[in-house]
Amino acid sequence: MAVEMLGYIEKTSPIHRLTGTTKLIGFLLFTTATMFTYDTRVLLVMGLVSIVLFRLSRIQFREVRFVLIFTALFVLINALAVYLFEPEQGVAIYGSRHVLLEGIGRFTVTAEQLFYLFNLILKYSVIVPIAVLFLVTTHPTEFASSLNRIGVPYKIAFAVSLALRYIPDVQADFRTIANAQEARGIAVSHGSLWQRARNSIQILLPLLFTSLERIETVSNAMDLRGFGAGRKRTWYNQQTMTRIDYVAISCIVLLTIFSFVVTFHDGNRFYNPF
Amino acid sequence: MTNVIEFQDFSFTYRSQSEPTLRQIQLTIQAGERILIVGPSGSGKSTLAQCINGLIPFSYPGTWEGQVLIKGQDARELSLFDRSLHIGTVLQDPDAQFVGLSVGEDIAFALENKQTRRPEMQEIVERVARMTDVETLLHARLNDLSGGQRQRAALAGVLVEDADILLFDEPLANLDPVAGQEAMALMDRLQRDTNRTLIVVEHRIEDVLVIPFDRIIVMVDGQIIADDHPDVILSNGVLQQAILREPLYVSAARWAGLAVQPSDQPSRIDPFLKQFNQTDVLERLEEAPQKETVTSTAWLELEQLAFHYRQGTPVLENVTASFQKGTLTTIVGQNGAGKSTLAKVLSGYQRTTGGRILLDGTDITNQSIAERAGAIGFVLQNPNHMISKHLVQEEIRYGMQALGLSEAEENERLEQTLRRCGLYPFRNWPIQALSFGQKKRVTIASILVRRPDILILDEPTAGQDYRHYSDMMDFLEGLKQDGMTLLIITHDMHLVLEYSDQVCLVQAGRIRYAGTSFGLLNQEQLLHHAHLKQTSLFTIAQYLDIDPERFVESVITTERKEREQWL
Amino acid sequence: MKGFTTKQIVATGIGAAVFIILSRFAAIPTGVPNTSIETAYAFLAFMAVLFGPVTAGLIGLIGHGLKDAILYGSPWWSWVIVSGFVGFGIGLIANRIRLEEGGLTTRKIVLFNATQAIVQAIGWIIIAPVLDILIYLEPANKVFVQGAVAATSNILTVGVIGTLLLVTYAKTRSKAGSLKREV
Ligand SMILES: Nc1ncnc2c1ncn2[C@@H]1O[C@H](COP(=O)(O)OP(=O)(O)OP(=O)(O)O)[C@@H](O)[C@H]1O
Ligand SMILES: Nc1ncnc2c1ncn2[C@@H]1O[C@H](COP(=O)(O)OP(=O)(O)OP(=O)(O)O)[C@@H](O)[C@H]1O
Ligand SMILES: [Mg+2]
Ligand SMILES: [Mg+2]
Repeated sequence: MAVEMLGYIEKTSPIHRLTGTTKLIGFLLFTTATMFTYDTRVLLVMGLVSIVLFRLSRIQFREVRFVLIFTALFVLINALAVYLFEPEQGVAIYGSRHVLLEGIGRFTVTAEQLFYLFNLILKYSVIVPIAVLFLVTTHPTEFASSLNRIGVPYKIAFAVSLALRYIPDVQADFRTIANAQEARGIAVSHGSLWQRARNSIQILLPLLFTSLERIETVSNAMDLRGFGAGRKRTWYNQQTMTRIDYVAISCIVLLTIFSFVVTFHDGNRFYNPF
Repeated sequence: MTNVIEFQDFSFTYRSQSEPTLRQIQLTIQAGERILIVGPSGSGKSTLAQCINGLIPFSYPGTWEGQVLIKGQDARELSLFDRSLHIGTVLQDPDAQFVGLSVGEDIAFALENKQTRRPEMQEIVERVARMTDVETLLHARLNDLSGGQRQRAALAGVLVEDADILLFDEPLANLDPVAGQEAMALMDRLQRDTNRTLIVVEHRIEDVLVIPFDRIIVMVDGQIIADDHPDVILSNGVLQQAILREPLYVSAARWAGLAVQPSDQPSRIDPFLKQFNQTDVLERLEEAPQKETVTSTAWLELEQLAFHYRQGTPVLENVTASFQKGTLTTIVGQNGAGKSTLAKVLSGYQRTTGGRILLDGTDITNQSIAERAGAIGFVLQNPNHMISKHLVQEEIRYGMQALGLSEAEENERLEQTLRRCGLYPFRNWPIQALSFGQKKRVTIASILVRRPDILILDEPTAGQDYRHYSDMMDFLEGLKQDGMTLLIITHDMHLVLEYSDQVCLVQAGRIRYAGTSFGLLNQEQLLHHAHLKQTSLFTIAQYLDIDPERFVESVITTERKEREQWL
Repeated sequence: MKGFTTKQIVATGIGAAVFIILSRFAAIPTGVPNTSIETAYAFLAFMAVLFGPVTAGLIGLIGHGLKDAILYGSPWWSWVIVSGFVGFGIGLIANRIRLEEGGLTTRKIVLFNATQAIVQAIGWIIIAPVLDILIYLEPANKVFVQGAVAATSNILTVGVIGTLLLVTYAKTRSKAGSLKREV
């Protein structure tokens, strides 16, 4: 069971060269902007930017294929769910009704609904590549210092770094524990639902105790090395910001402003072609 | 000479305990001294270390009587941070100490906390990394490091603070013999170059004494029962009194009838070796042991086994071996050689990527963990990974749940196993209240009730004191006599000599040697490449030019007789 | 941030890692599409009672946020926020339960379950859908149905598995001096 998770992919590219802070700011602004907008024009511009950045990063499609396929599936199912629950959502949003197909009962197909769903799908197709890009081009060691630099208290930033540090260890613990239980005839992967829920306790408990013990030793180790004594701390892996970082941040800020202005200037987050 | 640490009539009781764990401690440590602290498991060594570095009372509250002075200041008035500037602690488990995502980041951790500026920080990190020989690994992650490298990285992380007292709690527990020796050599050099104070807590006395120490402190039951020069401690019998493993060459000297005197310098093997003389030793040698060659047929066979975690980096390659019924095989090899992985593949925790596993002639390569578990029991290195019940009894019974036994049968097996593992008196205790060694025995018992044919144990004796070590090994030997096939992973070469019928040497994912333990220890070249060391008994035998096998067997026989008196 | 101890920070980081691994590997599908028994929330509730609101709130936020990011590429913010809210809300009763001291009475168990049910109901049936509507402009009835399903399954999960975790943990905190060897 090789686990596919997103992680840093080493490359030399202009995107890799930016500091973590720049990328974090970029990621946050870009995803916020895209999260709020349903304006097709904005989404198309953002989409273009996201494709260009992806090319620049030299990341190959196959390196992140598993996540993209997974997410594509999720987006399609979500769109389908939206349709099943509210086939007339588009009509309500755009205020007009062009029926393309009468369908069965309330399940009509309207141009408005299709356009709405198209926007919904477009939105995620724009966000996900950027988020993925952020994850695979930012070295995790830079993540905590970047969070700290944009204003997250250092203790919380360090907690994030600890989470990244211990994910592989906890995963190994989990596997070993599950295996040890299976060796005693307790399986979490089959049996009735109730049985599986009951068996999962037999894995949760050892994992819980192992983790509590780990919390204790790690916090002792950190205390002994003087963690948390100061109001601030410095970061070994923090890169210094260069001109190109400032340029990049300026661009993304402009793009965000553009997106918000276009989206909200008429008091409606949608672009209405009807 | 200035006193850097002073305990004055000091006692400490953990909040949850009714009796004090440390009692009337009087101890003075001077600047630049090298101190070794030894004692049975649970005697309070780590507690004492924690009183020095400040985890007591900051992390573990309790009642504090008497005084502890650090550089003349009352320890209770110093914060943990203040103390961290004077005292650098390397914890027993270097993995737990490794909090950074890369070696460089981890080394810099203390500097970051002191808000050192980045250019200066980088300079210090590089200097310390050179000192500890990890400068090429600054970008490596924890998982890329061998056991010895982890230890050195942990040490580097402590050295950046320039603390003048270095405190090590069981630095050797997880290291192979050569990595252990290198770790000690590094401590030696650091102490000498900078005249720091060095305090080491360790069970493996002989392995620590490869470098000189000024004093050994022996603790029993929370008290200091001896505090003297190593030469005195090794000759006055206090180690036997505390049931601790003295260096093998000292046992050998007593066996040879030598009166061990402090003036013979028993703490250093080189001068001490001169005490032995061939005629005395030859006189005492027993008949060459007639080891019955095991004639039963192969029970578990591995054919061309291969395994990898990640495509392209094989961890096991072409492993071919066979294990006979009713024998004990030890598996040795350097840190990261693939020993634990081999055990996991055998027990089905990992699926092989090539080759076959045969059990009594049947191919079991494609059987799941659960299917194999009836025949192959695997006791993991970390007992916490296996324990999922509250009470000792429940945990052991739980292992039988899926076997479909009658209640009477279950009860009978339970009681028998509890007694044989020495857990009967504790059967209604919560497992969390047991010591590490006892927990380990609970996990062995929970596998034993299932009556597997083959039992695999991953480092069952690491970090145990001599008494628990011997109890456990003698118990396992009894199981072998009943026909169980045992595979034991270990770094302890004396264990290999004393208990194994066969030894397998794993190196870089291959089996480089399979045969008798003496056969292996005679091949110096092979040992050297596999990070293993001959024991000091071998050194003596070579010095005296006598047959090592007869010599070692004779010393072991005497040791066993002594052990019977403990009961 | 002053009262935030090292232990709480480590509990946050390692707790988040456990949360991620449990959501990824220990979710049990129920057969109903898109719903599974999320054992991660039982763990979150446990950590809330042991370490209090701030730590558990952060475990929810960081754990859920990172999980979405490394598994799906992008966090679904509205639900991330609710995970943080659930951890925080349940954590508010930490001081009344004092798990560290053992002695888990029936009253405390009832208190725990009442709290977790109310907090999760608010979180999944009100906050999550409202945020979904505000942020993502999803259709109201879809998000409310989703919220109701999540609330039911998570309240049950925490009620059964979470309670079991608490009870077992409290038992290990038995008083010193109560242990005797038996012959
Ligand atoms: N946190 C704690 N709370 C209560 N009691 C404790 C705690 N830690 C240790 N003890 C008790 O103190 C005693 C001494 O423990 P300590 O860890 O100092 O032993 P040790 O000599 O280091 O043993 P080992 O060689 O096994 O590491 C033990 O009997 C244990 O029960
Ligand atoms: N879960 C894992 N994923 C990837 N690589 C692993 C994993 N476990 C071990 N390895 C790697 O496989 C190799 C063999 O590891 P293994 O744990 O079998 O060594 P070992 O001989 O038991 O060492 P030690 O004496 O230190 O316990 C090492 O290089 C290790 O880094
Ligand atoms: Mg100890
Ligand atoms: Mg191993």
